Amino acid sequence: MLRLYASRFQHNRLAVSGLVVLILLSGIAVIGPWCIHLPPATQNLLERLQPPSFQHWMGTDDLGRDVFSRMVYGTRVSLSVGFIAVGVAVTIGTFLGLVAGFFGGWWDTAIMRSVDVMLSIPTIFLLLTVLAFLNPNIYNVMAVIGLTAWPGLARLVRGECLSVRERDYILAARVAGLSNGRILFVHILPNVAAPILVSATLGVGGAVLTESALSFLGLGVQPPMASWGNILSIGRDYLHLAWWLTLFPSLAILITVMAFNFLGEGLRDVLDPRL
Amino acid sequence: MLTIENLSVDYVSHGTWTPALQNFSLTMSAGEAVGLVGPSGSGKSTVALAVMRLIRPMEGRIASGHIVYQGKDLLAVPEYTMRQIRGQHIGMIFQDPFTALNPVLRIDTQLAEALQAHGRPATAAILEQSVREVQLDPQRTLLSYPHQLSGGQRQRVMIAMALLCKPKLLLADEPTTALDVLVQKEILDLISKLQKERQIAVLFITHNLKLLERYTSRVVTVESLRKESYVH
Repeated sequence: MLRLYASRFQHNRLAVSGLVVLILLSGIAVIGPWCIHLPPATQNLLERLQPPSFQHWMGTDDLGRDVFSRMVYGTRVSLSVGFIAVGVAVTIGTFLGLVAGFFGGWWDTAIMRSVDVMLSIPTIFLLLTVLAFLNPNIYNVMAVIGLTAWPGLARLVRGECLSVRERDYILAARVAGLSNGRILFVHILPNVAAPILVSATLGVGGAVLTESALSFLGLGVQPPMASWGNILSIGRDYLHLAWWLTLFPSLAILITVMAFNFLGEGLRDVLDPRL
Repeated sequence: MLTIENLSVDYVSHGTWTPALQNFSLTMSAGEAVGLVGPSGSGKSTVALAVMRLIRPMEGRIASGHIVYQGKDLLAVPEYTMRQIRGQHIGMIFQDPFTALNPVLRIDTQLAEALQAHGRPATAAILEQSVREVQLDPQRTLLSYPHQLSGGQRQRVMIAMALLCKPKLLLADEPTTALDVLVQKEILDLISKLQKERQIAVLFITHNLKLLERYTSRVVTVESLRKESYVH
């Protein structure tokens, strides 16, 4: 089965290129910070707003910090926020979706109505409000994005769970005397894993975008720690003087989110037998 | 060992309860093979689900009657006890072996689950023995996913799974309807052989009377309640 998926995946060029880009980006995030020759937070006011050169590959910002090394550190920040936030969202969303779909009745009503409430609040304003009260740092950003991103996933998992729990093999598991917990996590969960994986992949792209937006608005990752969003935020003030401050982080965000979307859509094509 | 008295089951659709089975009675002794026949939709499968107490509360209810198994009223015992009875005392196999095995789990995992559900060890030797008893090759079968096996092989796996914890009663709900004629006979022969060897009581549920003559000592019929709606 895995081999079939692998061969179908290989024929999807966009998905493969998305995966390659993401592997490269992950490589930069993990080992990049040890390979750069300039520290990301050291200011050099004599060299502020320098255009790209051999010394500063992506130029310098308004405090003379090297944009290239800030971008490399920002890769680590953006990807870790993306993955951890989605990890939080997937854990909560999957658990609540399974419980709602499997037990039904009162559980279903309570969980799905809270999903409806969560989905009716504009996420970005909720994030801004919560982060304005909390201390905006990278951990709070991860937690808050994760805690607001689960409702869509819970709804998806509930729907899948509703259809899987009616299958004969679930009845067969009951007949064998299995407990609800084992039926839920051993027999149902693997059958709903494919849509969760697809949704999580697309979700990481969304979380990277949200983190950049929050940092751009000043309520995300705080300087001197670098993130793509806060490099952009500085770039906004110097748009007419220093194009490199806006171009490079924008490109990085664009490429990352596109790579996650291509990969996610490719996985959906591979894993969904209906397509 | 099993007595069903005046069992009536209702199913609900759009808020109205319609009877699916009315005043059904049946007695089975240990080791006995009994046939249960009736037209489609007469509630044959409902009998098996009611004995297992697996009629979903949202879909149906047991309106009246008693199901007594070895002196215990199965409609009155707590869910925990019922779970001990499923698998360990009463096993069940289904009509369609193509949908009754979990497609994403390997056969050995599914068999092991059925043992571990009752706190029993699932060693390789036990699993291999159970597969050998239903005349399958253990090496190949245990490491397979359901889609790698044929319909007959899957039904054999289902039988192995149902009998893993050595139940004394097997409910076979149309075990051969989805299989071709030659395989049907093999499967029924296998169930019959295991029934005699292990002294298991088997309830064969089917709409094929001819099959029952060979394998059962007596036959019970279920009257169709829906008949009236077809005759005008």
